[in-house]
Amino acid sequence: MIYVFDYATLKLISWAIVGLLLVGFAILDGFDLGVGVLLPFVGRSDDERRVLLNSVGPTWEGNQVWFITAGGAVFAAWPLVYAAAFSGFYVALILMLFALFFRPVGFDYRSKVEDPRWRSAWDWGLFVGGAVPALVFGVAFGNLLVGVPFHFDGDQRVFYTGSFAGLLNPFGLLAGLVSLALLTMHGGFYLQLRTEGAVRQRAVLASRIAGAIFVAAFAAAGYWVATGLDGFQIVAMPPPDSAFVPAAKTVERLPAGWLHNYAKHPWTVAAPLAAFGATLLALAVSGGRRAGFAFAMSSVAVAGAVLTGGFALFPFIMPSSSDLASSLTVWDAVSSRRTLQVMFWAVVIFLPLIVLYTGWVYRVMRGKITVQRVRDGGHGLY
Amino acid sequence: MPTADIVDLSRLQFAVTALYHFLFVPLTLGLAWILVIMESVYVMTGKEIYRDMTKFWGKLFGINFAMGITTGITMEFQFGTNWAYYSHYVGDIFGAPLALEGLMAFFMESTFVGLFFFGWDRLSKVQHLMVTFLVALGSNLSALWILIANAWMQNPVGAQFNVDTMRMELTSFFELLFNPVAGPKFVHTVAAGYVAASMFVLGISSFHLLRLRDPSFAVRSFAVAAGFGLASAISVIVLGDESGYTSGEVQKVKLAAIEAEWETETPPASFTAFGFPDQAAEKTHFAVRIPWLMGLIATRSVDTPVTGIKDLKREHQARIENGMRAHAALQRLKSGDRSAEAMAEFDRLKADLGYGLLLRKYTARVVDATPEQIRAAVDDTIPKVAPLFWSFRIMVGLGVWFLFVFSAAFLVLARRRLARNRWIMKVALWSIPLPWIAIELGWIVAEYGRQPWAISEVLPTHLSVSSVSAGQLWFSLGGFIAFYTALLAVELYLMFKYARLGPSCLGTGRYHFESGGRAGPVTLQGTA
Repeated sequence: MIYVFDYATLKLISWAIVGLLLVGFAILDGFDLGVGVLLPFVGRSDDERRVLLNSVGPTWEGNQVWFITAGGAVFAAWPLVYAAAFSGFYVALILMLFALFFRPVGFDYRSKVEDPRWRSAWDWGLFVGGAVPALVFGVAFGNLLVGVPFHFDGDQRVFYTGSFAGLLNPFGLLAGLVSLALLTMHGGFYLQLRTEGAVRQRAVLASRIAGAIFVAAFAAAGYWVATGLDGFQIVAMPPPDSAFVPAAKTVERLPAGWLHNYAKHPWTVAAPLAAFGATLLALAVSGGRRAGFAFAMSSVAVAGAVLTGGFALFPFIMPSSSDLASSLTVWDAVSSRRTLQVMFWAVVIFLPLIVLYTGWVYRVMRGKITVQRVRDGGHGLY
Repeated sequence: MPTADIVDLSRLQFAVTALYHFLFVPLTLGLAWILVIMESVYVMTGKEIYRDMTKFWGKLFGINFAMGITTGITMEFQFGTNWAYYSHYVGDIFGAPLALEGLMAFFMESTFVGLFFFGWDRLSKVQHLMVTFLVALGSNLSALWILIANAWMQNPVGAQFNVDTMRMELTSFFELLFNPVAGPKFVHTVAAGYVAASMFVLGISSFHLLRLRDPSFAVRSFAVAAGFGLASAISVIVLGDESGYTSGEVQKVKLAAIEAEWETETPPASFTAFGFPDQAAEKTHFAVRIPWLMGLIATRSVDTPVTGIKDLKREHQARIENGMRAHAALQRLKSGDRSAEAMAEFDRLKADLGYGLLLRKYTARVVDATPEQIRAAVDDTIPKVAPLFWSFRIMVGLGVWFLFVFSAAFLVLARRRLARNRWIMKVALWSIPLPWIAIELGWIVAEYGRQPWAISEVLPTHLSVSSVSAGQLWFSLGGFIAFYTALLAVELYLMFKYARLGPSCLGTGRYHFESGGRAGPVTLQGTA
């Protein structure tokens, strides 16, 4: 195989690839999850709920693939993270899977039977399918910042020594609130773009409330990271261009350590600034005619929030609170050089295609979804 | 070390979730192409009835597709949640096809499937046909990547152990892609899906024909299913999985177990058509043998022997003993001795490292294993023969039955004698569940037959699990069974409801249950 990049560069590229897929997921599937959260509240009548469902109906399945592919990319590029995080966060992950079950069947089955109880049951199922994953992502991300109790033995077998309740620590819950509020706001801005009338009015209110909660919770989390949370730092490790196991490095904890990267590379401050600034801009024009701009800003805010966490952690992916050296970083949790190079080419070839055809599908399905259209559409719509 | 109950519960959960997922995938794989065929006829002839056919079968496709997605999410994450050591040990190789499946196939399938349902009024005829085609292509490419990953578990080519990272690493992406097991496995699996979808359409069309409802709609659907089904049944049998059984050790063991081939016969080996395999006594009671047949099927030659189980065990004993030496050499490297001699010693023995790991079920110190422990590990290398023997025979029997049903349906239709042969419609209707039985049995043959290995000759299943507790596993297993069973009941309810309604559910006003639909007596005469 001809290598275009050295191993260290490929390790960094793998971080960028997973980051890109996660940002894509948070922006695209994020508003689907948000619409799910808002479904029972913004849609009051059956017709109104069908407006919400059909605003995301034709595209949500493709959006969810960002999540599936991000999972596959973590498996391929960071097998140790895939193993440690998914088996460690076992109960949380399984609960999230159960919640996600409601979505494919909920969208497709809900309107296939007239009975109002049937429809209401699926609506609440779709609410759970939106709210629980949105919450769990935040809780998981928050726990990465706190540090997760796990270690490896000599065979590289991973042992998680915490509990499910341990994940629900105050900072983890605050991070869960951040992501729930953020994605709900994002869903609200999406609905402002795609709906009219009473539904849109309620969506405007929802994005304002969720946006305000997000700004407050995100600021609180930032303050907490700066004053009350220890960060992690690599003290010594083998050359980044070599292959080594996590235990080969030395790690220390230090107060406010997660702000280290922001001090060292000031441009990274753009991420939290974008999260705040874009949210405020979006809220400023919320409810007006510039719904497209508001939604774009809301998307920037989502990307900014994900990157804020990613930049803070770098090069850490999953720090261990119980055995510092077992912490997983972009240098030691990765696949071989050959596999990373295969991943690189796969992403370079296929991601632009995906963006192109996804854009085409959105263009074909553009336009407002109205109560009238849902009534006329009858059998052809959700 | 993982305890037996953790291993058993993890395996049970994987089997349950995979078998459930595999109730829905085959129909997606096949029905997507049937939709492409129907819509192509619509685009070429402009006849509205073919658009209605695409929409009606598309509705049933959607009901099934939703369950395929629901049960599929689990599969993408389950390796991490429940098979963490596996994920570490082979993730460098196994993860890539899964990521590629997402990037190349699943994105395409899922992005266009929404447009298939919602794009009828927003796309030109040809554009919509392209969308349907891309859904079919995406779902089938998806199967290709998953089966490339699975083929690597059966025959792990293009990889070797790295002492620095304590795992298997990719040495050739090309070999991974062109694994000799992958091709036959892919063709066999998707063709089985096409058979299932064809039987589904054939049976439901027959239901309507038997009741003389919308006969012109039903008979056209029947015709598409009979033709596509016949071609698929032939390929599932002729291009069957057998050609893959010659590559890779676990495939050879599986073949011997399927055939209850205790001794190596003088080639060409006979085929045991019937009998009762007795693993303890290593013989088959009341065996009915057909001379030559198995040698021909399995090796496609008259002089290549099919190795029997007793000989395989002798070979495995030698490799397990070699595996103990490989572990001793690995320990030497891990303790810091990286001399050229130590490296050469490990390189010489590392092919049997996995066989040494089989002993970890019985002792933490592989290098000190006792003769009893070695004997137990040798016995483990042969999967349970009876379930494989029977699963395989029922699967093959069903395959022959499908060939008969589709041939009969095709002939009756081609000779325009459908009306006089109501029996074929009854047979087709009652045969609807059978492809699913054959498919689930096929999964059991392939994956249960892979035991004791997760990755053939590399990583035993009992070492692959996560360090989770039995309580956590009971929670997840119970949840999966409860959710999937409840959702399956809902799915079947909707499937029956819409299949019975037939094209009336499209709301076009042209069909049986609608006020504008055809009323009065209808006969099958002349509609064929």
